[in-house]
Amino acid sequence: MALGKRQIAEQPRPTGNFELFSWYFMRVSGVVLLFLILGHLAVMHLFGSVEDVSAAFVAERLANPLWRVYDLTMVVLALLHGGNGVRWILDDYVHSNRWRLIAFSTLYTALFVLLVVGSLILLTFQVPGSPAAGSFSAMR
Amino acid sequence: MIREIFTYRGKEGYWLWVLHRATGVGIFLFLAIHIVDTLLVFWPNLYDAVTGLYRHPLFRVGEILLVGMVLFHAVNGLRILVLDLWEASTKHRRELFYATLALLAVLLIPALLLMVREIIL
Repeated sequence: MALGKRQIAEQPRPTGNFELFSWYFMRVSGVVLLFLILGHLAVMHLFGSVEDVSAAFVAERLANPLWRVYDLTMVVLALLHGGNGVRWILDDYVHSNRWRLIAFSTLYTALFVLLVVGSLILLTFQVPGSPAAGSFSAMR
Repeated sequence: MIREIFTYRGKEGYWLWVLHRATGVGIFLFLAIHIVDTLLVFWPNLYDAVTGLYRHPLFRVGEILLVGMVLFHAVNGLRILVLDLWEASTKHRRELFYATLALLAVLLIPALLLMVREIIL
């Protein structure tokens, strides 16, 4: 569905199950992300600094399960929100069937990989010296 | 594609729409990089070496740009929500445009000051 010359940029609310759902999802996830990301930026970039970021810093942060839940919610919602946004943009600008196939398969593959990698980090990272890490290395 | 962007004769809302898409894509690309760099935390030495790059002045400028893009996308997203949820607001698009810029300035200026001070000190 390309934007026709006379079609207005701010399109009306879509109809149909999935498109309508994705329209609502963008709004709801957008509001949640607004709080999560502004909080993340404030903590990490305004009051903290990239100067302090190190593997030890990440380990210390991920020792707190609340940060894991916070980060996991943020990364999953951000990927779905951003992925759907890029999907809308590709839908508007990529016209030929051949390029659409390439563009959408690249997008969905990248999204899948990023969702897996993002969740993997937050769910499986073991803080060095924690009981879990100890028992794991003892098992090996 | 460039022609498509520039042939639409819209008013204020149109330029916000273009910026919303541009900042959205920019943030999405950064998110992809950020997920991959965080994966390196499984190899602490590699992680420290790579995130050391973020301290380079060029990346500090990029960091400010990123915060600017996120704040714009967030505030303009609120404008879209207002237009969606409150029908009367669609008759005051120009006022809403200036309100969006004002809120952006209120958030952006202290954030920039904090970040620039961080870099200088």
